[in-house]
Amino acid sequence: MRFLARRLGFLLIALWAAMTVNFLIPRLMPGNPAEAMMGRLRGHINPASLKALEVAFGINTHQSLISSYFAYLNNCVHLNFGISLLDFPEPVSHVIAQALPWSLGLVGVSTILGFLIGTMLGAVAAWRRGGALDSVLPPVFIVISAFPYFFLGLLFIWFFGLTLGWFPILGGYTETATPSLTLGFIWNIIDHSILPAFTILITSIGGWILTMRNNMITVVAEDYVKMGRAKGLKPRRILWQYAGRNALLPNLTGFAMSLGFVISGAILVEYVFNYPGLGFLLLQAVENEDFPLMQALFLLITVAVLVAIFIADIATSLLDPRTRTTS
Amino acid sequence: MRALRVLLHVPGRVFRFMRRDKKAATGAIILFVLLVLTAFPTWFTPHDPAAEIYTPGAAVSWSHLLGTTSFGQDVFSQVIAGTRQSVMIALIVGFFCTVISVIVGISAAYMGGIVDDGLSLLTDVVLVIPTFPLIIVIVGYLKSAGFWLMVFVLVFTGWSYGARQLRVQALSLRNRDYLLAAKARGESSWYVITVELIPPMTSLIVANFLGAALYAVLASAGLQFVGLGNLNAESWGTMLYWAQNNEALQTGLPLWALAPGVAIAILGSGLALLNYAFDEVANPALRPVRAMKKRRVA
Repeated sequence: MRFLARRLGFLLIALWAAMTVNFLIPRLMPGNPAEAMMGRLRGHINPASLKALEVAFGINTHQSLISSYFAYLNNCVHLNFGISLLDFPEPVSHVIAQALPWSLGLVGVSTILGFLIGTMLGAVAAWRRGGALDSVLPPVFIVISAFPYFFLGLLFIWFFGLTLGWFPILGGYTETATPSLTLGFIWNIIDHSILPAFTILITSIGGWILTMRNNMITVVAEDYVKMGRAKGLKPRRILWQYAGRNALLPNLTGFAMSLGFVISGAILVEYVFNYPGLGFLLLQAVENEDFPLMQALFLLITVAVLVAIFIADIATSLLDPRTRTTS
Repeated sequence: MRALRVLLHVPGRVFRFMRRDKKAATGAIILFVLLVLTAFPTWFTPHDPAAEIYTPGAAVSWSHLLGTTSFGQDVFSQVIAGTRQSVMIALIVGFFCTVISVIVGISAAYMGGIVDDGLSLLTDVVLVIPTFPLIIVIVGYLKSAGFWLMVFVLVFTGWSYGARQLRVQALSLRNRDYLLAAKARGESSWYVITVELIPPMTSLIVANFLGAALYAVLASAGLQFVGLGNLNAESWGTMLYWAQNNEALQTGLPLWALAPGVAIAILGSGLALLNYAFDEVANPALRPVRAMKKRRVA
């Protein structure tokens, strides 16, 4: 319970820090970029929306910094992020809601698959120390994990998309197709997601392989693994039920910690493939100086990462009694 | 004096270690070549990288080893000239991140108590906030990031991972007998930290430097690729931006986009290979074993 409270406390502090950073950044910038944006909008949007934007970015208000800070926090808590300029006059939350499922599907599925496959390969590599898998996988994936995500994306587009013509290279679905719940359209979506998904999978998998392999090497040297061998248990059973389960625990925390990196990479992958998810939207918001959308997307991505870390912490504490007793 | 002797001891050990470890040697050679290119780019560029005077979209030939761009620039010369910025970003950001993580990580572990609580909380918060979106937002307000702004933002967001690792290692060393002995002799904290505590942590500190440098290379290239860097910079990320904007892949000039990408990957691999080798130094259990030692159980 104490552990849970500590982790929940940390979640809230990190969230608060992210919101505060979000509040301060536009106010610390030289020449107030938000004010310049507002100047261009005056006369084009209705006064009420303008007023809301002024509050959000601290312009023309006679409020003190403190009271506008609390007004901002209040807006955040109520998910009131204002009007998007990119897709005027849609509320920011609507614009985000349209992009969210794309990112959840693409990044979510490829990250979880990457974690599962990488963890299993890492466990097997460490189990057969010095074997074929163990000598080939680590160096290959050290090199691949040093590739920029977007470069691998470009390489795939060029090779599989343009040279071989196997896959479509841009967008979430064919633009002429009408979205519907038919098999044909679902296949269209999957077809478009294969290349970006593989880009994320291949660049992220190396990290999981290496950390799992390293954990596993430590665990395999433990006495209870020797004990299992001495008892004559089947090697497969020792591998997965004894060593693998314990080596997985630190990797689970690592999963949450690395999620930020994966999401950063996914932003660029979405950009390369014009995939209609949150990352692509974020870069479009930057390009079009849609500051309200930019702020909201940053917060949303942060919340997603923080919640994932929280869940991983809870899972670790359920699976590993040791973490519950140490403070 | 002792610190000096420890320092002089290092090159010999590094050299012996390189000879033993192929991954480390490969990484070191890659970085050495790139450092030479950084120091003397003009020795290796056959053409002026900025000049737009050659046949646009020319194919690979002896005078244009990687062809030309659709603006009529020599791709090979641009790739060579772009080395400098990525290497500089890697070194500078790596250096400052390492300094901050050593200071934060070691003071947290050494002082303990409320200082540790505060610094650890700060480290963890910076660690979990997704850095790349944050960088995009900061740079987004300014529309474009020049070299030093990029360095600042990358250091600001990149020090936390190292600080956390160093704190953990310093904590495990803090109550060793030799450290307690130094304290009992009445040595100053400064002496204990710089002479007794930091030298055993060297390999982890170097690994962190390399990790931060790799992060800086990838993140800065990503920023420039999406057009948030200085669009006139001679850098791999900026090359990729222009290649992507002119549909280099679709218009039959794939080398324009792929060459700078490969260059980033080579620099990244060099850093990652060395980093991995230093991890093996910090944790001897991870060192490669010969196949004969393996147990035939699975």
